[in-house]
Parts: sequence; structure tokens; C-alpha cells
Amino acid sequence: MLGYCLKRLGTAFLVALFVSVLSFVLLRMSGDIAIAIAGEGAQSADIELVRKTYGLDRPLIVQYLDWLGQAARGNFGESLYFKSPVMGIIADKIGTTIILSLTSLAFALAIGIPLGVLSAVYQGGLVDRISLAVAVTGQALPNFFFALVLIMLFSVKLRWLPVSGSGTWAHFVLPTIALGYYITPPFMRIVRAGMVDALEMDFVRTARAKGLSKARVVLKHALSNALVPVVALAGVQLGLLLGGSIVIETIFALDGLGYLAYQSITHKDFPVTQAILLMLSVAYVLLTLTADLINAWIDPRISVR
Amino acid sequence: MRMLKSAIAKSGVTAAALLLGLLGSAEAGKKDDTIRFAYEQVPESIDPYFNNVRIGVILGQLAWDTLIHRDPISNEYKGQMAKSWKWLDDKTIEFELREGIKFHNGEEFDADDVVYTMNFVSKAENKVVTQTNVNWIAGAEKVDKFKVRIKLKRNFPAAIEYLAGPVVIHPNEYYEKAGPKGMNEKPVGSGPYKIVEHIAGKSVKLVANPDYHKDLGKGVPKIKNLEIRFLPDRQTQVAEVMAENLDFIMGVPVDQALGLKAVPHLTVQEGETMRIVFINFNTLENGPEPALRDVRVRQAIAHAVPREQMVKELVGEKARIINAVCFPTQFGCDDSKAPRYAYDPAKARALMKDAGYGGDKKITVDIYAYRERNQSEAMIGALRSIGITANLKFMQYAAMREQIRAGKVAMAHQTWGSFSVNDVSASTPVYFKFLADDTARDPEVRDLLEKGDSSVDPATRKEAYAKALGLIQERALAVPLYSLTTHYVANGALKFETYPDEIPRFWEMTWK
Repeated sequence: MLGYCLKRLGTAFLVALFVSVLSFVLLRMSGDIAIAIAGEGAQSADIELVRKTYGLDRPLIVQYLDWLGQAARGNFGESLYFKSPVMGIIADKIGTTIILSLTSLAFALAIGIPLGVLSAVYQGGLVDRISLAVAVTGQALPNFFFALVLIMLFSVKLRWLPVSGSGTWAHFVLPTIALGYYITPPFMRIVRAGMVDALEMDFVRTARAKGLSKARVVLKHALSNALVPVVALAGVQLGLLLGGSIVIETIFALDGLGYLAYQSITHKDFPVTQAILLMLSVAYVLLTLTADLINAWIDPRISVR
Repeated sequence: MRMLKSAIAKSGVTAAALLLGLLGSAEAGKKDDTIRFAYEQVPESIDPYFNNVRIGVILGQLAWDTLIHRDPISNEYKGQMAKSWKWLDDKTIEFELREGIKFHNGEEFDADDVVYTMNFVSKAENKVVTQTNVNWIAGAEKVDKFKVRIKLKRNFPAAIEYLAGPVVIHPNEYYEKAGPKGMNEKPVGSGPYKIVEHIAGKSVKLVANPDYHKDLGKGVPKIKNLEIRFLPDRQTQVAEVMAENLDFIMGVPVDQALGLKAVPHLTVQEGETMRIVFINFNTLENGPEPALRDVRVRQAIAHAVPREQMVKELVGEKARIINAVCFPTQFGCDDSKAPRYAYDPAKARALMKDAGYGGDKKITVDIYAYRERNQSEAMIGALRSIGITANLKFMQYAAMREQIRAGKVAMAHQTWGSFSVNDVSASTPVYFKFLADDTARDPEVRDLLEKGDSSVDPATRKEAYAKALGLIQERALAVPLYSLTTHYVANGALKFETYPDEIPRFWEMTWK
């Protein structure tokens, strides 16, 4: 087990390193950072001043290694745009993203699991078809469009919920639904598949033969088996949510990590972009590792190799 | 993806606007005497010297003052923090300062504030973001408590315009202690509004400054509170204004603005901006398209673009046709010597034929653009009608500029806002005075522009600029097209005027 954990942590390190190199190269390929920072109308002398001030006149490899060396010591430098320490900026924003990710995950589980169970129990029936429609719609509908529809209905027409901001819990309702709905289908499908398999297994048949109620058979015996892969999936989806809420955070003006990532890419603020990508890639790998370990703990038959 | 998002969102806004036709009372902001305004860009700092976004300019005018004030209607320069000024020589301006002005923290305004601000911003090591706003200042010296001299590094007659715009005055004692960081966190100016809260990246709250000096040109605000939120998504801004959570937004695309006209509690107003649109050519010997070295081809292009039709159908009714690469109200933007190129496809085809093109000999060229894609596409259609195949290369501004400066762009659909500076030195020279974006490099034009930029005699400047603008058009080094417009959407109860410099004068606004 310890060896497995160390191996996965090593993988996390390599993934993070690879992501940081990739993001550094892509950001540099997208144009001259000094020109972007200097702004519209800046002349060559202004751009050269920016280049020198920010150390952008050094060879790329030197810039990267310098950044990496500092990052290894926990210093992610200063934002080129906001002129303040990167870690301070990230610390200010990460809370919003974590709240949004967790509420969205909870929403997806709250909708996905019951729908998955119902569609397995009533396989081929109306409930199954409705659930399928919900799943297909969730995956096919672009989340920005769904978000705008929610805003128009609940904020503009009915005036029940605020359009944007993050001041109260009410501000998180629409973003949670918009983001959570998008990741609901995978949960629904995996629960349905697991339930269909479980309902045909001997132990479920035995439970039925013992005269247990249908609800008890489904919820206690079958569902506990079907939920095992949900844990792993939740870990993966949470990782995606942490990094994948850029559009939703922008639409709802939630001042989180996703919006910060968008801003930093727009302003070619590479210290911020690098730090966010590094953190997210590490978080993603660690979350999948945690999910695997929890899986092994829930179901001892799964051996961790 | 972005276009799809935009298209869906726009149609959604229009439909919702129609659906909501009967909603709303327009009383939301009026009740608590608060204008709620949203802007899409987040300034990196709200110290006016440390950002280069428009909201920074707007905040600079709201919370700070300048030595000189330009009347936005007459364009006449008047004293603001300075009572009067005079040029002592080509590189020295002396200001007599107004007494009785107080900064928001109670600090009294005097010569020390001007001296400290000028000396601070003129030093490159202090890293003022937009260097063009300050890199002409050598420094300042105090003559007495209310008299100060500003020294210029070079002859720069447009100094007056800059001193009436981006060069705001900071309180020296506070700024020395707080620095740009402290000024961003707890800003102190002298303007008609005081900043009482700044949450970085989210919002700025301002209240009217009741002690605002009556002679400063702006006047005490009529509406007590102003809240500015940074909302990056345009559709969110539109939804907020429809839901009456916002009272004022600007820069709304024309199609959405038209849709919002159906909402009774909103006012939609179009306003001209100082941003001009033109086609710029690379006519250099080593330029990517040899055909563009032929003046007849460039003139043909000028005759092929249906400017009036584009203004009517794509730009907006407040836009105006321009005949020189500058904004008409800018000092020195005299197009009287510039030949006109009326829309005349037949003449354009004749010029092309005269230049040896037509039949099998055709021109294929890339046209680079970074905004108003629909206008670029209209230009491409017009060029096709005279036998030029133009392929659109659409990209971000920084990327396009990099390509232009590397000499790889034969033809660019350019726009230029002059940073709202009402002087030709902030527009035409950028593209024709052998600076990095000059892809024509005409020495005669350069010399005339240099004369206009460096002479302190207004008549000499005007004449030099007029000649330069005439030569640029005679040689068809660029095709000036039109000014752009922007749309403002506001609470129907709010009374406001629009100005080409795109600075909403919140201090002038009233409730109906």
C-alpha cells in the first residue's frame, strides 16, 4: 500500500512538472508577453522596458528554471498584472471555487444517484427513458447556455435568485445547478449500470427470497454495491470541477480560481497561470489517489497494487 | 465556441427582453440614490497611473482631478486645479494653482502635491504602466506655495491635453507614505466622488464629495452614491440591468442594445467614440504583398470600400465617416488637404486594370483584424468585387501587433482610440512617424508629423498636420473609414449624456 501511494505521488509530481512545462510553452507560443503587458500603443522602448523589468529578456529555459526553483521553495512569485504575491491572490479565490465544486458535486450526486437507481429498477420503462433524457440533455447542453437560461428564468423573470456575485449562499444556487447538472449524467449512468448488475446477483435474489421489502433490497443490498465506483468517479469529477468552472465562474461573476485562470491567461500573467495549473494538476492526481484508497477501504476485495 | 456562445446569448437576451416587456419600474437605483454601474474589465490597480484599462480612466476622473480640464463639448482647455498656465519656453510650463482645494483625507492641495506627483511618475523605475502618458515629463519644481513649473523632456505641445486627462494629481504626503499599493487599497484623490471601499477584482464604492471645490469644472455630484462592479461577462451585465440590479452599463453590442430597447424600464443610447477604424497597408520594399506598393492598387481599395453603407448597416447612426487617420475633434485633425475616395467600384476596377491587374492576374492577400469581425468580412466582400481575394486572419490585438511589427502583415483592419487624448499627436504619428507600427515609412510624412508634434505654435502645428494628413491620403498609405460607436444601457429613470471619450460623467447625471 505504501509503495502504491509513493508511486502515485511520484506520478503526481511528474504530471505537475509536465503540465507546468506545457503551460509555459503554450503561453509563450501565444505571443510576446512583454507586448501584452505594455498595452495598446506601447512603443518599442516601452516594451523593452517591460521586458527588462520582468526578466523576460532572459533565455526561456532560464526563465522557466528560475520559476521552477522558486516554486519548489513555495515561492510562486508576483503576479505581473496585479503586482502582488501569487499565493495571496490564489488564497483569496480558492475558497469560492472549493465551495462551488463541493456544492456542484453534492447536487450531481443528489440527482444522479436516485435517477440511476430508479432507471435500473424500472429498466426500459418510462422512468428509465425520462432519466435517459435528463442525462442526454445534461451532457448535450452547453453549460454556459444552461446558465443563461437559469439566469433569465430565476433571476430576471421570477427575481428569486441573484444573477451574479458571491456574497450569500443564494449566489451559489444557480452556479451550482448549472455546473452540477453538467456532471450529473456520468453518476446516473454508472449507478444505473451498477444497479442493473447488482439486481441480477445471487445475494440480491437471496435477499428477495428471504422476504425483504423491495426498498430494503434495492437500497441496502444492491445500492451499496453499485456505489463503489461512484466514489472513484466523484474524486475524478471533483478534480474536473476545481479546474473546469471557468465559464460558470465568469458568467456568475464568482471570484474564484477558474475566473482567475481565465484572467491570467488573458493578461498573459504567467506566474499566476503556472501556479494555478500546478495546483490543479496536483489536486487532480491526489483526488484520484484518495478515491482509489477509499474504494479499497470500502470494498476490501479491491486490491491496491 | 465563443461565437456560438455569443450568438445563443444574444438571441436569448432579445427573446427575454421581449418576454419582459411589461416588467420593471426603473425606480430601483433612484430609491436609494445610488447608481449601480458594471464594467467588464478588472483594473490591476485603481491608482490611475498603474492600470491601462478604460475603467481606470473613468475612476481617475471620478475620484481625482487634473491641473487642466477640457470642456467635452467645446474642447476648450480651462483651469482645474490650476487657475492659469503659460509656456515659459518650449519645454517649461508654469502653473498658478487654485487655493482652497482639499483632498479626500483633508490634506490641503498646493505646489508640493504637483511637484511630488510629477517627479514620481516621470521616473521610469516607478513603473507607471502607460509610459506614453508620462514619458515626456522631466520633472517639476516649486516656485512658491501655489506656483509650480513642469519641465518637459522634449518639445511636446500635447502636454496640455495629457495634463487635462490621464495625469492626475496625488496628495504628496499620503502618496509618499502609502505608495501605489496603498493608493490602490485606500485611494485618496480630490475628485467629485470619494472612494470609500475597494474590493480588488470585485467592486468599488464611491460617495459624492460634498466639499468638492465649485470651480473645478466638474461640479458636486447630483447623485449621492455610485457602486462599480467588475462583471466580466457581457450577458451577465445585461441580465443584471434587466433584473434592475444595475443602473448603467456601457459597450453593449449593437444587436443586444436593439433587443433591450423593448424593455420599458431601460434607456438605450448610442454614443460616438474617439476610436477610429482604418485599413493600414505595408508598402515597404520588403513588405509581404508587392502589389500594395502600387499606389493605384491602394487607391482602388479606398474606392472599393462602401463606407456609408457599412456605417448604416454595421456600425451605428452616431458613427461618422472620416477622411484622415485621426478623430475629427482632435487638435490638428484637419482633412482639408486630404483627397476623398468616394465609393466607386467602377473607378476601383479601372485603377486595378491600370495597375496591371485583372483577368488571370489577381491579388490574394491576408487581412489581419482583431475586433469587429463583421466589418472585416464586409471589407473582404468589397475587395472581392474588384478582384482582390482577401483571407481573414483574426486574432488577439497583441498577436496582431506582433505580426505587424515583424513586417508580416500586408493589410490590417486597424482601430485606434488615442487613449481619449484629443490631439493628433496621439493618433496619426503612431502609424506614420517611423515608430514600430509604421509600415509605410514615408520620410516626408514623418517630418511633417514631427514638426506638428514638436512645435509649440498652434498655427504651425495645424499646418504641418494638415499637410501630413493630405500626403497620407494622396499616397493612399491608409484608408480611413469611420469612427466607432458604443451603446449605453441604463435605468430609464437616469438622465445622462454620452461623450466621445467614453467617460461617463456620473457627477452630471440626475434622476428624471
